[in-house]
Amino acid sequence: MATPIATSQTILVVGGGISGMTAALEAAECGKQVILVEKSPTLGGRTALMYRYFPKLCHPICGLEINLRRLKGNRNVRVLTLAEVSKISGTRGNYAVTLNVAPRYINENCTACGECAKAVTKEIPNPYNYGLNQMKVAYLPHKMAYPLRYVLDPSAIGTADADAARAACKYDAIDLNMQREAVELTVGAVIWATGWKPYDAAKIQPYGYDRYPNVITSLEFERMADLHGPTGGKLLRPSDGKEAKNIAFIQCAGSRDENHLRHCSRICCMASLKQTQYVREAYGADGKSTIYYIDIRAIDRFEDFYLKVQNDPTVSFVKSKVARIAQDGNSGDLTLHGVDTEGYHRYANVHDLVVLAIGMEPAVKGVDIPAEIIADSSGFLESAPGGSIFGAGCASGPLDVNRSVQHATAAALRAIQVVNKSASTEAS
Amino acid sequence: MSELNTSTTEKYHNNFLREVEENVEEGEWVKMCMQCGVCSGSCPLGAHWAHPPQELFMMIRAGKREAVLSSDSMWMCTSCYNCVVRCPRKLPITGIMHGLASYANKLGMAPKIQPTRDFSLQFWKNCTRTGRVNELRLTLGLYFNDGLMAGIKKGWAMRNIGLGLLKAGRLNPFELFKGHSCKDQQGIQAMLKKAAEIEARRKHSTH
Ligand SMILES: Cc1cc2nc3c(=O)[nH]c(=O)nc-3n(C[C@H](O)[C@H](O)[C@H](O)COP(=O)(O)OP(=O)(O)OC[C@H]3O[C@@H](n4cnc5c(N)ncnc54)[C@H](O)[C@@H]3O)c2cc1C
Repeated sequence: MATPIATSQTILVVGGGISGMTAALEAAECGKQVILVEKSPTLGGRTALMYRYFPKLCHPICGLEINLRRLKGNRNVRVLTLAEVSKISGTRGNYAVTLNVAPRYINENCTACGECAKAVTKEIPNPYNYGLNQMKVAYLPHKMAYPLRYVLDPSAIGTADADAARAACKYDAIDLNMQREAVELTVGAVIWATGWKPYDAAKIQPYGYDRYPNVITSLEFERMADLHGPTGGKLLRPSDGKEAKNIAFIQCAGSRDENHLRHCSRICCMASLKQTQYVREAYGADGKSTIYYIDIRAIDRFEDFYLKVQNDPTVSFVKSKVARIAQDGNSGDLTLHGVDTEGYHRYANVHDLVVLAIGMEPAVKGVDIPAEIIADSSGFLESAPGGSIFGAGCASGPLDVNRSVQHATAAALRAIQVVNKSASTEAS
Repeated sequence: MSELNTSTTEKYHNNFLREVEENVEEGEWVKMCMQCGVCSGSCPLGAHWAHPPQELFMMIRAGKREAVLSSDSMWMCTSCYNCVVRCPRKLPITGIMHGLASYANKLGMAPKIQPTRDFSLQFWKNCTRTGRVNELRLTLGLYFNDGLMAGIKKGWAMRNIGLGLLKAGRLNPFELFKGHSCKDQQGIQAMLKKAAEIEARRKHSTH
């Protein structure tokens, strides 16, 4: 791989989700040189794994496609996938960065014909469906993948599968000799857009995510609703594959809790309200959604959506944080125990599937970033001391897509100011 | 109404939350409750409480002084700490329950016939007198709480256990008369007096 040419007027964007793509494009469309570094084999981040977006319930394909079109049409952005930053040193306007680029084993010749995937036999848990199903060791991450190019999993190297894949490829795209490499860069400013990850649901002991198959996270539910997901768009119970028609959504699963995440993850209320509409879409009046909540945080214009869902007779609301869940060993049904706050009634409600509206934490905690930065008490990036490392999107706090995009645009502007300044000092 | 009760009512008027904050052990935490309900739902005895913790906290904020202090709910707390480990705001709920119970008792507003309160008072009297718990007297005291006949009946029902303890040398019948005490009884009394002084001063100085 040719080392990208970079100078102190280049902007490095780390993380290729909606925030990183936006920051990179906004800066590039202002004429700046940008290097966009993504850890996984594809751009898109978590938004590519959503079934629909609130509040309009449109498909994420739409927003991503626009950004991919912008990206293909712009020569100022260099995209590096399977790449991570291992070191950043230097000061504002002049950083030395070391990237660690992992081998894909499939080069630019790939046409995404899929013959390699047909040729290999071994399967591994599919991370794009949160491990709910398996995928082949030669794979395309998902339908929206960019670059649109297959990947050969490192576990296939040295096995018969690797040779089978190479033999099946008509385009000479499989290169089993690719090596991990270190790339050194000089850049003027860094935008950190590494996004979020779900809180570990198993740590919320009373909800039994680690013990009860029919307790799942909101992210898993999102994949289930998706036609390209593990169940082909059907809402099925993991325990017995039966259709789940009486579904509980538990809010603040991990969030607003001193024992787990201190912060409010902000998007989970809207995510659950949205997901009740997946239930309605699947079963019409026969489905039933119940939201257990402390208070619903549907901010500003989202209030409209909340009102709409409140008027949906298939959705009911229980003002209570569920205390614990018990499973019926035979049926796999779940009983939710608690006391509500509107009259202090003790309840024991049975549901066939429980969706935990799981909280968000930063994908890379402040302390793990290989440069000096300041993070808040939850590890979200706040700033860098006197420097020019800017957080964008969910790396800086829990945000929805719209607000991530706004935030990323602001980060691009700040990075542009830094490189403009170093450009003018170099000129004089 | 006890004198203390009258004077505190005058001092705080309708601000019962402030009264709790200033007088009840851990009372300053009450306002941190966000009414999620996890404590109430987690309480193993919750179904038997008239007002689970979450409701008590709201009643305090709503100024329901009489109803809170005369409630038997906080006396039902067994100190299992389930609510404390689960509370998302880390409120020391068990401590608040005991604080409320002891404050209600101090004001003379606690329910009179309440087994937990009864036991606590007997236990305290029993152990502070000599500096040691006289188990035989405490047990018999509890047996005869509900009258002579009830006491005899209970004693009879427990006779085999009593005999077993006697044989194993775990029960000395002479304890009924004098009982042994700790070496420095006066020291114990002085310590308790000092502790009461410190407690009174601490609640005072923090506000
Ligand atoms: C259940 C659920 C439903 C949601 N539904 C909606 C919705 O309907 N509408 C809406 O507006 N929002 C929704 N959201 C919020 C939405 O997911 C986020 O706003 C969005 O993902 C933020 O994008 P991002 O680019 O900041 O982060 P991400 O999407 O997390 O992208 C970060 C990228 O950085 C990469 N990365 C991570 N670490 C590194 C590293 N060290 N080096 C290089 N790259 C790295 C990742 O691989 C990823 O590609 C939902 C969230 C949840 C939990």
